Amino acid sequence: MRFTNLLPGRGSALANGLERTGELASFVGEFFARFWKPPYEWKETLEQMDEVGARSFLLVSVTGLAIGIVMAMQSRGTLAAYGAEYALPNMLALSIIKEIGPVFTSLVLAGRLGAGIGAEIGSMRVTEQIDALEVAALKPFHYLVVTRVVACVFIFPVLTIWADTIAMIGGYFESLIASGMDYRVFFTTAFSTIRFADLFVDTMKTSIFGFIVAIVSSYLGYNVRGGTREVGQAAMRAVVVSSLLILLADVIVVRISLMPPPPSTTDH
Amino acid sequence: MAERAATGGAQRPRGEQPGEDHAGNGELAPNRVAEVGSGPPPEDTIIELRDLHKSFGDLNVLNGASLAVEKGTSAVVMGGSGAGKSVLLKHIVKLLTPDHGEPWVKGKRVDEMTGDELDDLRLSIGYLFQGGALFDSMSVEENMNFFLNRHTDLSEGERTDRIEETLSWVNLADTAPKFPAELSGGQQKRIGLARAIILQPEILLYDEPTTGLDPVSVRTVSELIVRLRDERGISSVAITHDLLCADIIADRAHFIYEGEIIESGSLEALERSNHPVLRNFFGS
Repeated sequence: MRFTNLLPGRGSALANGLERTGELASFVGEFFARFWKPPYEWKETLEQMDEVGARSFLLVSVTGLAIGIVMAMQSRGTLAAYGAEYALPNMLALSIIKEIGPVFTSLVLAGRLGAGIGAEIGSMRVTEQIDALEVAALKPFHYLVVTRVVACVFIFPVLTIWADTIAMIGGYFESLIASGMDYRVFFTTAFSTIRFADLFVDTMKTSIFGFIVAIVSSYLGYNVRGGTREVGQAAMRAVVVSSLLILLADVIVVRISLMPPPPSTTDH
Repeated sequence: MAERAATGGAQRPRGEQPGEDHAGNGELAPNRVAEVGSGPPPEDTIIELRDLHKSFGDLNVLNGASLAVEKGTSAVVMGGSGAGKSVLLKHIVKLLTPDHGEPWVKGKRVDEMTGDELDDLRLSIGYLFQGGALFDSMSVEENMNFFLNRHTDLSEGERTDRIEETLSWVNLADTAPKFPAELSGGQQKRIGLARAIILQPEILLYDEPTTGLDPVSVRTVSELIVRLRDERGISSVAITHDLLCADIIADRAHFIYEGEIIESGSLEALERSNHPVLRNFFGS
């Protein structure tokens, strides 16, 4: 690619990128404009929750288990070198609940759901199924986009809590095998410094990640033009763009959550 | 065209169809389309497209396309690939809106409709897409029930009866539990047609209804379209480059070239036209 292609101008990479960003922003705006209006596709939303939740259950479980075991194994040696092996459960809980669990689970779901949503809606676009819904006054945006976004916003935190739980169980089994640690000691130590507010904020941020995955993938699928090749490209882009935006959103959410609260103006 | 007498000509109650051949006896007849800004078309005109222009980026697809369709008649729009046939059809249901011009359907401007008014109009129009556009995650029965469930107050039993009746009408009653992937191309087209008529529309739009089908299936689908016009009085617009299909279904034919209707009249008249583009198309 020539450097000049990156510079502003019609057809340049920068101009195309800005155009896509503008279209995505418009798509997000359309979502919020239509979300409140009927028809409310409750049945389809529940089916999408089943698709997002139940069918991702095994993947998320295996991911959580692997994270817990590997983190415990990797950290044990380092902590032991400083005589701080007793802090392993607490370190695991903090790492998993505050960061690794939510981000890793969301990235794994972005891979599975981003590709699925992008390909499904994209193939419906190129085979004119979306047009068929439109001409039958069936509101395809509500039926296809709103339902998937709502499902992801609700199910991502649920799957994250499950992945966190499995990861902690994995960490406990590693500790049991490596040092014979009692489960009461492990879990009491693990959650000794975790506050409910931490758990709530760090888990609920995955609703934002779920929104990102669903809206980006739906946008890319909904706007496919062409044929099978373009559908494949949309599915691939859905995974890449969703993953990048999840990481970016995570930085922003963490930065905001670490800001000190505004000083109280009430005089006592 | 000796075959004509045995196909469309034999099935149509010729002489009784309004707007069959405005010039009479196979002559070319210019479109009777009013000027932009002249208000609603006459009551017997169910669809009138006036001077439609549509561009996608630098590509001009429609360049002043105009045509009128009278109630109870079948219009066929013919033309080569990329001539703007599908784009023209999509303006009738506001899948696209024109950059300039007026699409009128049932006496109202489609491009100015929104909300419930647009939904009501769309529910009075059936659309057969080129590939059938059946929902591939649903069975044939679910495809049809999906429309009935959302747009009618019929009981479950009444919906089942309507589906069975409609599937029987296209001679595919045994396909209800099958999925689209299990059907042949011709069967998918016929199920697409059954789904398009399940809500009993006044108007049907056909986008290449016989493309990719063998001659037997072409005749079957085309004869179903003729029956819809003759038995149910459905007005229709079909876009096609299939001469056999056009021959069976056309009351009036239009030829589109570079986004403009360049000839209109009976199919015989179009075939006899001296216009070089039509001569090339019909191989005469």
